[in-house]
Amino acid sequence: MDSDYAIIGGGIVGLAVAWGLLRRGLTVTVLDGDDGSFRASRGNFGLVWVQSKGMKQPRYARWSQSSARLWAEFAAELEQNTGNAVPLEQNGGYDLHFSEDTLQATVEKYEILKAELDGDYPYDVLGHNALRKEEPHIGPKVVGAILHHQDGHANPLKLLLALARDVRRRGGRVLTGKTVTEVTQPDGFELACADGTRVRAAKVVLAAGLGAARLGRQMGFKAPIRPQRGQVLITEKLPKLINRPSLIARQVDEGGIQIGATNEEVGHDDGVTQSGLSGLAAEAIAAYPALARAQLVRSWGALRVLSPDGLPIYQRSAEMPGASLVTCHSGITLAAAHAMLLPDWLEGTAAAPDLEVFSESRFAVS
Amino acid sequence: MSHRDLVIVGAGPAGMAAATEAANAGLSVTLLDEQPRAGGQIYRDVDHVPDHRAALLGPDYTAGRDLTVALRSSPVEHVTGAVVWSIEPGFCLSYSRDGRGAQLTADRVLLATGALERPMPLPGWTLPGVMTAGAGQILLKQSGVLARSAVLVGAGPLLYLIAVQMLRAGQPPLALVETQTGRNRRAALRHLGGALRGWPYMAKGLRMLAELKRGGVPRYIGAQDIRIEGDTRAEVLCFSHRGRIRRLACETVFLHHGVVPNTQAARALGVAHHWSTQQQCFVPTLDYWGRSDVPGVFVAGDGAGIGGAKAAALSGRLAALAIACDAARLTPDERDQRARPLRSARAREQAPRPFLDTAYPPCAQALSPRDETLVCRCEEVTAGTVRAHARAGCLGPNQTKAFGRVGMGPCQGRYCGLTVTALLAEATGQTPDQTGYYRIRPPLKPVTLGELASLKTPPATGEN
Amino acid sequence: MNPVLPFLEIEASSAPRVEVRFDGAPLLLPLGANLAAALLAAGIERFRNTPVSGAPRAPFCMMGACFDCLVEIDGVQRQACMIEVAEGLQITRPGSPEVRHVAS
Ligand SMILES: Cc1cc2nc3c(=O)[nH]c(=O)nc-3n(C[C@H](O)[C@H](O)[C@H](O)COP(=O)(O)OP(=O)(O)OC[C@H]3O[C@@H](n4cnc5c(N)ncnc54)[C@H](O)[C@@H]3O)c2cc1C
Ligand SMILES: Cc1cc2nc3c(=O)[nH]c(=O)nc-3n(C[C@H](O)[C@H](O)[C@H](O)COP(=O)(O)OP(=O)(O)OC[C@H]3O[C@@H](n4cnc5c(N)ncnc54)[C@H](O)[C@@H]3O)c2cc1C
Ligand code: FES
Repeated sequence: MDSDYAIIGGGIVGLAVAWGLLRRGLTVTVLDGDDGSFRASRGNFGLVWVQSKGMKQPRYARWSQSSARLWAEFAAELEQNTGNAVPLEQNGGYDLHFSEDTLQATVEKYEILKAELDGDYPYDVLGHNALRKEEPHIGPKVVGAILHHQDGHANPLKLLLALARDVRRRGGRVLTGKTVTEVTQPDGFELACADGTRVRAAKVVLAAGLGAARLGRQMGFKAPIRPQRGQVLITEKLPKLINRPSLIARQVDEGGIQIGATNEEVGHDDGVTQSGLSGLAAEAIAAYPALARAQLVRSWGALRVLSPDGLPIYQRSAEMPGASLVTCHSGITLAAAHAMLLPDWLEGTAAAPDLEVFSESRFAVS
Repeated sequence: MSHRDLVIVGAGPAGMAAATEAANAGLSVTLLDEQPRAGGQIYRDVDHVPDHRAALLGPDYTAGRDLTVALRSSPVEHVTGAVVWSIEPGFCLSYSRDGRGAQLTADRVLLATGALERPMPLPGWTLPGVMTAGAGQILLKQSGVLARSAVLVGAGPLLYLIAVQMLRAGQPPLALVETQTGRNRRAALRHLGGALRGWPYMAKGLRMLAELKRGGVPRYIGAQDIRIEGDTRAEVLCFSHRGRIRRLACETVFLHHGVVPNTQAARALGVAHHWSTQQQCFVPTLDYWGRSDVPGVFVAGDGAGIGGAKAAALSGRLAALAIACDAARLTPDERDQRARPLRSARAREQAPRPFLDTAYPPCAQALSPRDETLVCRCEEVTAGTVRAHARAGCLGPNQTKAFGRVGMGPCQGRYCGLTVTALLAEATGQTPDQTGYYRIRPPLKPVTLGELASLKTPPATGEN
Repeated sequence: MNPVLPFLEIEASSAPRVEVRFDGAPLLLPLGANLAAALLAAGIERFRNTPVSGAPRAPFCMMGACFDCLVEIDGVQRQACMIEVAEGLQITRPGSPEVRHVAS
């Protein structure tokens, strides 16, 4: 055996899981694709976000909350171990509204969820003037916002770097440029890569983002995941303009304003379009009119890793005992939970979180 | 939105020649360039310069007027000051003019976006007072502005040309600090046959060297360990030469070790590129006419591989003929017949390239800078950081970008891309082709959000 | 003309000089000239400080590729080497010499 665990996928999800397993003293090999792979982990919006998650499944809201609570400790530990800071702000975040009706409708839904969460859903509704006190650059078209105090944002790229470093520092073997093409279970697991590399491990975690759809079926999972494109914009570095993040825009720690994101069902096309970029720019200017003068420096498209209901999938394989599938849409938000809580579930300890609602049994047989 | 048979980006020799040729073959052509006047880099402002300056710059420069005159008398629509920031398949070009957004559609696109100076990361290269040699030349051509106390550093004929022009203008450079070695010259002799076919160039080169010698401009050949010192601006150029450390006080340092294709637009369109060992850079993969693997996209001029101004104009014409033929304005026979003389002229132009590329290779120190040297000017990332990312598993520049922001600034990797590929290839043992290059996306040049929004067609937004 | 400036104009420009302001100070520059070249000739050595380390920068490429000549005009950061001098331009230097930690 090369290691206790082989993790397929070295994005945020795979690295967070690897990190958590290493921290428990297990040995881990991570196999990751090449420079051109689809990688949601380097194209995302960086929100550590609670509001609006799990409107139909309170367990998901709680899972997001528990990760958000662990995030600061997780980031601090990474920084301490690697010297690489993972900038994180958890001073709340906004859902901005351009109409009273949508604002009201959202508040009604939040109230229902709040009751189901025994009141643990701290948010305030800010009218335009109250919001303006918090965000002096907010535009007149914004009628108000929901300020949720459990929301925040992080630098997802610095998280990726710190994780990559710390996994190595803890003795994890990380093999890049290794696309796993076949997983067999002769005696333990054997993973075959496109370049001929073979890796053996006692257990396997499939955390390959969109790559899990293909490998998953081989390993006895349904893996019903699909890509959904998000286009994202970032401006030149600017002096402080936006205090708290929203789904529309946030100011990153380096100073640029990040604007996002479209939701497009376009298959595996991660390109950007002028109309996509223009629409995002218009919305951001409606929220913060001063942005009209900011220069757009870069844009990109990235593919979300989505299950049919948008919730994570945590599933043990019945066909290949010892193999698990871990995939989610909100990998940044959930990074701390994946690093600090999921290892118990993978190891089947008494402390394992109850993740039954996230199993594949919720999907009809296809 | 207006529609054209052909849109050409870049009004240098390649773009001007192509536009004229294509329009004369009956195509509707728009030529977009961000500069206020036609000419490109070599013929910058050629219609505009006062006689005194034109005389100084010499006949190779004023030769560009043939192209601008032909362009003006053709039916080509030349849009000046048009910064093209997006080209979408199909083709829709978005450009910015006077801070306002505009768009144009076309059946075919010819990219004639020219060359960039090869990045030359040396300690101190970001200090005010350090510029590319090309910048020095542009200052002279466009504005009649000269550096008073300048040192020229690097390798290649362009360095001699600038030195001679400065000398003629009465402000000779303090010195030429050259990085090529005697060994390079001996290796180049292998290509002397080709060089002699391009004899006029060689003769011109020799004349320039003689003129510099007469002008008393010192040359330090085989310089190493180059460093620019200064607190808030360049003050001293420091280097070692024949085992001695030299320090030259100066106010301006002009760097040059060759030019490389500006591939931003071609890459954004998904055109395949490959590494050219001879030119030590990526070049788009094209057929003989300049046709890329993306249907309807052609590339001509230095953007297709460095060949110089005359070769650029010839390749522009050849691409225009192929485009006219594809658009059924010329028969294949007509195309081939017109192409024949252009073809042999281009081969003559290209003959001295192997000799020059071998005699004046890029400066080794700048190809593999020491750890503390900044390689990404915009995000201020050092070579050592890039090497550390390679140790953390980065195989290619896109992961390095995610790990450490190299190439994320406004220049979009134009002045760090080749260096980062080289550093990664060196660290991983992969070839530059295996290592790859940054994924280039719009905007090709920054555009204000206000302008972008003015072209709006709103998409659905929702949960991130 | 000040003889110690690093750059000089080799011929007297025929263009009329117009007033612009650079960080508040008045400058007389040739109308229609390339702004970056005119500022260099007027003795401006530092165009901006970078938003990353605060390091000083000035034009490097003069062809719109490096973005080191960025200046702020009417609230927009633009490349001085791609702009022509116009009467009354209000130009400011982006960035300050101190390192900024914008949204930390
Ligand atoms: C536009 C956008 C905005 C987003 N915003 C947010 C946000 O604000 N907050 C938030 O929490 N989340 C956000 N997300 C989601 C988040 O980015 C993802 O949930 C997360 O990155 C998923 O990580 P991953 O490791 O599963 O996948 P990826 O990052 O895609 O990584 C998968 C890895 O697996 C490797 N791989 C694939 N197949 C194989 C194989 N066969 N063998 C070996 N390796 C393989 C690939 O090389 C890749 O590195 C956003 C996503 C997008 C696209
Ligand atoms: C700074 C510099 C100085 C040089 N000086 C000399 C010299 O003196 N002698 C010599 O023999 N060779 C010189 N060269 C090499 C010379 O550039 C080429 O041989 C020749 O100019 C190539 O012609 P071209 O038509 O391919 O491109 P260029 O002449 O470079 O023309 C490209 C044009 O494309 C435009 N462009 C690029 N991107 C965009 C965009 N996104 N939107 C709109 N327009 C765009 C540019 O503004 C430019 O005008 C120089 C190169 C450089 C970079
Ligand atoms: S000097 Fe490089 S962009 Fe202006």
